[in-house]
Amino acid sequence: MADEIQGGVSRRNLLRAGGVTAALPLAAAGVEEVQAKTSAGPMGLVLKVNGRDHRVTVDPRTSLLDALRERLGLTGSKKGCDQGQCGACTVLVDGRRVLSCLTLAAVAAGREITTIEGLAKGDQLHPMQQAFLDHDAFQCGFCTPGQILSAVACVQEGHARSDDQIREYMSGNLCRCAAYPNIVAAVKQAKGQMGPV
Amino acid sequence: MRPFAYQRVTNEAQAVKAASAPGGVFLAGGTTLIDLAKLDVIRPERVIDINPLQGRHGGVSADAAGLRLGALARMSDVAEHPAVLRDYPVIAQSLSLAASQQLRNMASLGGNVLQRTRCSYFRDVTWTACNKRNPGSGCAAMGGNNRNHAVLGVSDQCIASYPGDFAQALTALDAMVELYGPGGARVLPFDQLHALPDAAPHVETALRPGELITGFHVPSAPWARRSLYLKVRDRASYEFAAASAAVALELKDGVVGQARIAVGGVAAKPWRAREAEALLIGKPLTEASAQAAAQAVFAGARTHGHNDFKPELGRRTVVRALLQAAAMEA
Repeated sequence: MADEIQGGVSRRNLLRAGGVTAALPLAAAGVEEVQAKTSAGPMGLVLKVNGRDHRVTVDPRTSLLDALRERLGLTGSKKGCDQGQCGACTVLVDGRRVLSCLTLAAVAAGREITTIEGLAKGDQLHPMQQAFLDHDAFQCGFCTPGQILSAVACVQEGHARSDDQIREYMSGNLCRCAAYPNIVAAVKQAKGQMGPV
Repeated sequence: MRPFAYQRVTNEAQAVKAASAPGGVFLAGGTTLIDLAKLDVIRPERVIDINPLQGRHGGVSADAAGLRLGALARMSDVAEHPAVLRDYPVIAQSLSLAASQQLRNMASLGGNVLQRTRCSYFRDVTWTACNKRNPGSGCAAMGGNNRNHAVLGVSDQCIASYPGDFAQALTALDAMVELYGPGGARVLPFDQLHALPDAAPHVETALRPGELITGFHVPSAPWARRSLYLKVRDRASYEFAAASAAVALELKDGVVGQARIAVGGVAAKPWRAREAEALLIGKPLTEASAQAAAQAVFAGARTHGHNDFKPELGRRTVVRALLQAAAMEA
């Protein structure tokens, strides 16, 4: 999104030119293959991301993370370890935080997926995004999209009642810059602004 | 990752039929399977997605006879279930102290008990010597970095540690595991699900080809409420156990009527310590009696250098867990 606002040509835009999958207004959702049928080759799926349906054709091995980044151009979700250890790829599926690197795209098909690109309402940042800015809750920023999605879910789950509980329930998101104290402060601020769930 | 076919099944019969043919593996949360497939440790030819069965096998229910946990229930949901928290605290704690909330939201109970060892020589295929991965190839861990390896139930072929937490709670509470396979349904004591490594460490469970775990039954018992899971780790959260203990006690006027002890992070399989339990029965639960029980738990421990600390850490974990359970208001 920032690429478009700046109006210039970024490395990322140049590299993915021609590879962007258009969002399609599909009524049907989910795996297109008849259930209980085997897909040995490419599979047609509908991924519902941030309220829009996207039709993609992927190899069965494709992770949700790779489908988001490489096929839909949604590069906010980050690939850190790609082994389910760092949390940088955290997204919400049907409102629950999961690791997109260990989720097959085929399994996520038809379910409501929320990524960092889907949190803001137009130019108005989500309270958790604003809180991360207000509290300087990042340095390099690589883990930040995963931290923010995880933090939103942490509050919605009711697991942000104390500093200790926030630390415990955010432990699946590693930050090599060690912005942890500021992340806890950001979660506490946003908790009061997110309203009842 | 090597190529595989994806298959989604909608009932048990389809699932079992699909998995009975060679190369088929069940996919639920994927937290073990996809991880190990990326590492080339597991090489599935067909991935059989059983998540559509969650409606039938994803529930939690409790009655006077006990607790039934569907195999496709997610760890995070079971960890916060009111009946589990109130009546089976050792189960709730074993789940909430494991992994991260993202992984707990994904991982099913059936997959959790079948998670594979974290032995670094098993997980890294550039090491050729691993009797679990390549039967007969040897064990790189015996003379390697074995700080996190097992000291109970190990063999001359394998010293890999069972990594999970929930399984210790299940074996401590005499749970049964419900299975469905080509021959129909059967029930097995949970303690018999996992195999000791002995001469064949690549055979990790009593599951038959194509067999699916459909659920767990935990019988109600007077000691289930006075139960807890104590997990000792190298860091405060999001880490496997260096040593852990699942304990449950029935106390009558301060005297132990029944005791249940299982330990984790130290053993080749979920480790029930029946001899140690027997030592406590009829005695007051004191530091001295708890220490005697803890000695018995680790009486047969075999260490390999870096993990020489494990028996002492494990004993102290058992003692603290028993004393904490005795102090509970249950």
